[in-house]
Amino acid sequence: MSNVGIVLISHSLKVVEGIQEIIQQAVHNVPIEIAGGTDDNKIGTSVQKIINAIVKAYSEKGVLLFYDLGSAKMNADLAIELYGYENVKVVNAPLLEGAYVAAVESSIGKSLEEIEQSTQTITKDS
Amino acid sequence: MKLDVQQVLNWLEKTNEKIQMNKEYLTSLDRAIGDGDHGINMSRGFQEVIDKTSTTTYTSVSDLFKDVAMTLLSKVGGASGPLYGTAFLKMSMIVKNREPIDKKTLEDALESALEGILQRGKANLNDKTLVDVWTPVVDLLKDKEVIKGSELEEVSKNAMESTKERMAKKGRAAYLKERSIGHLDPGSVSSYYLFASLAEVLSEEE
Repeated sequence: MSNVGIVLISHSLKVVEGIQEIIQQAVHNVPIEIAGGTDDNKIGTSVQKIINAIVKAYSEKGVLLFYDLGSAKMNADLAIELYGYENVKVVNAPLLEGAYVAAVESSIGKSLEEIEQSTQTITKDS
Repeated sequence: MKLDVQQVLNWLEKTNEKIQMNKEYLTSLDRAIGDGDHGINMSRGFQEVIDKTSTTTYTSVSDLFKDVAMTLLSKVGGASGPLYGTAFLKMSMIVKNREPIDKKTLEDALESALEGILQRGKANLNDKTLVDVWTPVVDLLKDKEVIKGSELEEVSKNAMESTKERMAKKGRAAYLKERSIGHLDPGSVSSYYLFASLAEVLSEEE
């Protein structure tokens, strides 16, 4: 059975590559895809990269998107609208800590809604 | 007033000329209170728009606006990509089968574009964003039976200049809080170029 996928969105490719590395050290059975930087890998975000990452992370369990600043959220919303999936959601939580908690919960089989719920209360102490 | 494909192409070209001419200026405004990429993003985005639209044959403004939207969405990495892209996408939907565009259709299209910008960026009026220019422009169109190029130019220019004294509440500049006061909002300046160009097209028809 598949697990909820995670997409990491940042203005910087290095940022999401690093976070992906941190998460994959602990979690091995969850699709963690990245969308970092613009199409030519400059600082910014790309709606196309986000769509590609969603496609790769997708299963019937759904996908959660984590983002860093400004346009990342807008392009994440746009990707979902343009693509039209219902069980793909943007999560309003810190990129690193949020995605880490989500990946761990996904790895033990939790649902999209359960994981989204847990990420709402993340602090540095949790 | 009537806007057909040729006039909208003219509008886009004038906008692109202003953006290319003021690329460094937009960048310097954004460097003061943002991340310094607005000039580069807008100049790349609108050059791509012109490259695309000047080599394509259009039978409707709706199709033309849609290509503008998709180009800006895919080629601009900063916040202006999704914001302007959404605006043109909304306009494309509104003008469909209502061409050539008359004053009422333009009013509806710009109002829908503003709603799209508000929904996408979650900003409010007076947050020191492009909303501060789009809102009075939409209000002007709603208030007037006939829209004059000179009025559109004046309203959009005043609105753009009024962002200088505001404190940013949305976008990168918001992190600076009081320090954002005294600087123009770069997105409002590029929106002014868009409306000043539309004003020129309207004036040529008067």
